Amino acid sequence: MTEQLALLPEYLSAHVRLTLAALAAGILLAVPAGVVVARVRALEAPVLALAGVIQTVPALALLAMMVPLLSGLGLPGIGTLPAFLALVLYSLLPILRNAVTGLHGVDAAVLEAARGLGMTRNERLLHVELPLALPVIVAGVRTATVWTVGMATLSTPIGAPSLGNYIFGGLQTRNTAAILTGCVAAAVLALGLDAIVRGVAVGLSARRRRPLAVAALLLLALASWAWTPPARTGSASASRPIVVGAKTFTEQYVLAEILAGTVHARTGRATRTLPSLGSAVAFDALCRDEIDLYVDYTGTLWATVMGRKGAGGSRREMEAEVRRWLLERNGVTLAASLGFENAYCFAVRRDTAERLGLVTLSDLARHARDLSLASDYEFFAREEWRAVESAYGLAFRARRTMDPSLLYRAIEAAQVDAITAYSSDGRIEALGLVVLEDERRAIPPYDAVVLAGRRLAREAPDALAALRELDGAIDVARMRSLNRLVDEQGRSPAAAASSFLRDRRLHVPERTPLAR
Amino acid sequence: MIRVEGLTRRYGSTLAVVDVSFHVEAGQVLALVGGSGAGKTTTLKMINRLVEPDAGRVVVEGKDAASVEPHALRRSIGYVFQGIGLFPHMTVAENVAMPLRLAAWERDKIGARVGELLALVEIDPPLAGRFPASLSGGEQQRVGVARALAASPRVMLLDEPFGALDPLTRDRLQRSFDGLRRRLGLTAVFVTHDMAEALVLADLIGVMRAGRLVQVGTPAELARCPADEGVASLVDAPRRQARLVASRLEGRS
Repeated sequence: MTEQLALLPEYLSAHVRLTLAALAAGILLAVPAGVVVARVRALEAPVLALAGVIQTVPALALLAMMVPLLSGLGLPGIGTLPAFLALVLYSLLPILRNAVTGLHGVDAAVLEAARGLGMTRNERLLHVELPLALPVIVAGVRTATVWTVGMATLSTPIGAPSLGNYIFGGLQTRNTAAILTGCVAAAVLALGLDAIVRGVAVGLSARRRRPLAVAALLLLALASWAWTPPARTGSASASRPIVVGAKTFTEQYVLAEILAGTVHARTGRATRTLPSLGSAVAFDALCRDEIDLYVDYTGTLWATVMGRKGAGGSRREMEAEVRRWLLERNGVTLAASLGFENAYCFAVRRDTAERLGLVTLSDLARHARDLSLASDYEFFAREEWRAVESAYGLAFRARRTMDPSLLYRAIEAAQVDAITAYSSDGRIEALGLVVLEDERRAIPPYDAVVLAGRRLAREAPDALAALRELDGAIDVARMRSLNRLVDEQGRSPAAAASSFLRDRRLHVPERTPLAR
Repeated sequence: MIRVEGLTRRYGSTLAVVDVSFHVEAGQVLALVGGSGAGKTTTLKMINRLVEPDAGRVVVEGKDAASVEPHALRRSIGYVFQGIGLFPHMTVAENVAMPLRLAAWERDKIGARVGELLALVEIDPPLAGRFPASLSGGEQQRVGVARALAASPRVMLLDEPFGALDPLTRDRLQRSFDGLRRRLGLTAVFVTHDMAEALVLADLIGVMRAGRLVQVGTPAELARCPADEGVASLVDAPRRQARLVASRLEGRS
């Protein structure tokens, strides 16, 4: 728990910055827009409909859509900017709708009195309409505040740190304390900001100095705390640290720490990890030098990045082709092949395998119509699934999609009959699952490879050289045991990584742990 | 001072006001009397352009109202609203100060003027910091009058100013308004459906019916030669009522 709390300032301040900036922009956009819409009746229906449509897009999808959208415009597609823009869009509707409702709700007799006194349109707005609509507008701001705080936790997968790092990291590494810390912190923040907004509202409308002053002071204190850069430890060089990305599962967290630790130990360069990136986000981020390093898998690159169908020959041939293609097309260097595969594989419980006599995927295909299959978010949308499906004629009774960390729990509890496991996952052994053989080789090889961005290759050749040491350094047994340290024994990814680095006699520097 | 010529206003196919003309001299008070829907309030609102006329002309203090910016015109004319129309989010003092702020008075001058105005309409100083909702109807109406008088207009328009008050309060306010307008030499047009009120307060009475001004004249003229039966009956109504009241009070029927 203390480990969790040590991370709180970083995540919370990032969360506060994101939320406050988005709310401020939302208010500055939505209130004037509400004024215009309230005056020009013809605009009301289309504008509110548009804001409503934005609102119906699921928050996570809206955030994810920002990534290609901004990249298309040549702007940073991951990190704070897309999260900020998505949150602004999301905060618009409640404020806009309430501004329009509030302005329309002003008593006609009072408005006529204002005209009768000789107020111009702007004077009426300033002295009469806005003050009278204020309570309704504030109610909208409060709704937006609570939504924004909650939704900001979802900005973690697009590379903006937030309290969501606790939740995503905790979910992947089965760390309830982390999830709880993130949730409680987000709830407390939402309540606190709501109270501040309410204080401002009470102070303004009843013109009581004290609540206004208290609220303003609290807001100012919160903002100045959030925007004060933390005292960085160990950042000797002023240059940007080398940023190591990680996708959203344990192995990636551990490998990111290993890459960061290796580079730092060998070159003395500052490194930073950026965990919990979406799978496609990570590659795009690398291509745009928003991250410098991450680990991907040849089969994934083959199918999703290169858009190839079927397997591309042997593991060796495929790796060579991936290496050539990435360098040519994207300037991305394949710095090392770690020495293990993390392939999608189909796994069943031992009792299921024995009862139905399952050894290969062909066996599975014969019984599939009586069985249910669960997989992660992406598998059913991937080329590999179509390849397996057509190679074996797989047709399951039911297909379910869930978070990867929950797959093992689902099969352990017999809630599903088969899952797509990852071949390097420590839990296959731990749970005694049986991996079915892909005898028709429908699934391509998934060698774990270290990818380095263009900027790193150009500016830090020493880091690239250091990473070559990792070539073949981790076999599948080692990776499984590292994964098990986290998933089964509750160690942090950073702790698992240091055990590996120590074995390689690399000095393990003091670093902020990743997810625990 | 206020000259109205051929004012006409229609709403859709309905004629709300048809060809209304009258002239109010400086220092005179004209009461527009008639039933609901007779066009009294529309006529009143066309004087300060809260309603724009379809035809006709309004001249206030020698200037064609159509040639002045509407908000500037309205600032020069005091207006007391039906239903009072105080701003609920402002204190009494702030309501009264509003016309002065619009006229960009200096802050300390505004304070002094507000005190003067509240004294004029007999509002206790402690009420100045209160919000309108906590005032009685009579107090609210006095504040409304104070606000209308704030920028020292020479012309005032009043839309059923005493309509929603209890009889005693109405009587007191009527008399205090009568005193005020004589003291300040105000020229005023007010709308009422109460003939007794018109007879008590007005120098001129205009009787309206179905959008038309049926007759305009002094109370005595209206009583002496009414334009038609309706006007005669209307002018006579308070007297009839008073006789009936007197006889009831004496226990004769």
